[in-house]
Amino acid sequence: MATLKDATAIVGTGQTPFAKRLPESEKTLACRAVLAALDDAGIAPSEVDALASYTMEETDEVEVAKSIGAGDLTFFSKVGFGGGGSCATVAHLAAAIATGQASVGVAWRSRKRGSGPRPWKNTTAQLPTPAQWTRPFGLLRPADEIGMLARRYMHEYGATRDHLFNVALACRNRANQNPAAMMYDRPLTRDMYMNARWISDPLCLFDNCLETDGALACVIVSAERARDCRQKPVYVHSVAQGLPAQHHGMVNYWNDDPLTGPAWTAARQLWKQADFGPDDVDVAQIYDAFTPLIPLSLEGYGFCGRGEGAAFTEGGALESGGRLPINTGGGGLSEAYVHGFNLITEGVRQLRGTSTAQVPAAATCLVTAGEGVPTSALLLRS
Amino acid sequence: MSENTSGGLLSPVVDDDGAPFWEYAAQGELRVQACAAPGCGALRFPPRPCCPHCHSFDSAWRRMSGKGRIWSYVLPHPPLLPAYAVQAPYNAVVVELADAPHIRLVGNVVARPDAALDSVDPARLRIGAKVQVAFTEDADGRAVPRWLLERS
Repeated sequence: MATLKDATAIVGTGQTPFAKRLPESEKTLACRAVLAALDDAGIAPSEVDALASYTMEETDEVEVAKSIGAGDLTFFSKVGFGGGGSCATVAHLAAAIATGQASVGVAWRSRKRGSGPRPWKNTTAQLPTPAQWTRPFGLLRPADEIGMLARRYMHEYGATRDHLFNVALACRNRANQNPAAMMYDRPLTRDMYMNARWISDPLCLFDNCLETDGALACVIVSAERARDCRQKPVYVHSVAQGLPAQHHGMVNYWNDDPLTGPAWTAARQLWKQADFGPDDVDVAQIYDAFTPLIPLSLEGYGFCGRGEGAAFTEGGALESGGRLPINTGGGGLSEAYVHGFNLITEGVRQLRGTSTAQVPAAATCLVTAGEGVPTSALLLRS
Repeated sequence: MSENTSGGLLSPVVDDDGAPFWEYAAQGELRVQACAAPGCGALRFPPRPCCPHCHSFDSAWRRMSGKGRIWSYVLPHPPLLPAYAVQAPYNAVVVELADAPHIRLVGNVVARPDAALDSVDPARLRIGAKVQVAFTEDADGRAVPRWLLERS
């Protein structure tokens, strides 16, 4: 059977500045990120024949392709479920390139979530959740929906706010090393965390990701082509999507075990196709729209057992030099929240050896997409 | 604490599969969709066209006792939609039904069926607490479930 293993590589990344408000349009930011990624790769825009993004991306392929001067496109794909689609954009391009459907793919996300509207304020949109069963009761925002799972998790496994703080602090500490991060010059203390205002108790302000304007992109080509590119190739070792049986999206309250989320499904497929396992991962970029997603994902991706994710965060395990450094650019909590695309580009930086919080000799990196919704993940290696 | 339970709160946007739930609610009954195929009878929630176990399209709506336990809860604080913000912090709970623990309903624990979403002191909420369903009408006249704490 054909395999995607190391058949393709990420050879270029690009990004705009990240800020609460950027003056340019989402379309302009998308074009800037895509062109920057192609320039990083040393590949002409006219060679692009594949594009992939999120269904929530509002600049479509026609707009991007004609603006950047792409060639004829023979593959284009959009992945659903918000941040759950981030890694799948790369996965779809890898599959297309490995099977000869295209040769130069660009994945991107551009979003003005910092200055633009909050999606949950749209009361008429039928979000991909069974809204009639939740929203009338004031379960309005993703923070409320995940907060519900978080309190149950804390109750079942003895997790505390200190465990969630460990997550927030690790991300903030890495952002404090990353000049591109929105929170670069804003250290976080335990006192600030414990006294912060609530958003949805048990989640406080610092358990929630940033609101960001910005765009990112990356370029994927075959492993063969990658050897001739400007940058050190970062190989796509294994990919997976995950939508578990009887899953209900972010309001996953209706199956037998709501605390076993899509990460578990994606992880089984991801590791089955890989030459290495969780113990061999040097650094991880784990989707962090909310701090509780980290312990849930640590369990799902097999870094610890069920119920052990919170305890895993103790003793600086997530910090530089710890057992598993995570979100080394600052993540969605402290670098930028652009539906997780900055986790992909930071994974690439780690394996190129160019991160602002470089893990020495990092050769393997796990990148995950939004947990709690149909998700996706990548294993990258140098 | 705010007086009015329903002014400006979102009314359920009902779909074909869910409509019977709300019709029974209007009669003061808590009913859950069940497979009507002989030998199956599996409950399912949220409602959907066919049974994920036996694939029958026949369904019935089985009456529940209305008793349950709090499975989890949150206390939302602003920013929120205006009608919710004026009652914040309020509680939103997930209740698992005593009759079928894997059937869980999102709702609110209130002091009386028509009381505000912030009418119960959050200190009285705990996972595992017993609750009983009650119904009230929202601003659109639609019956919606609320939950009352049982005396323990």
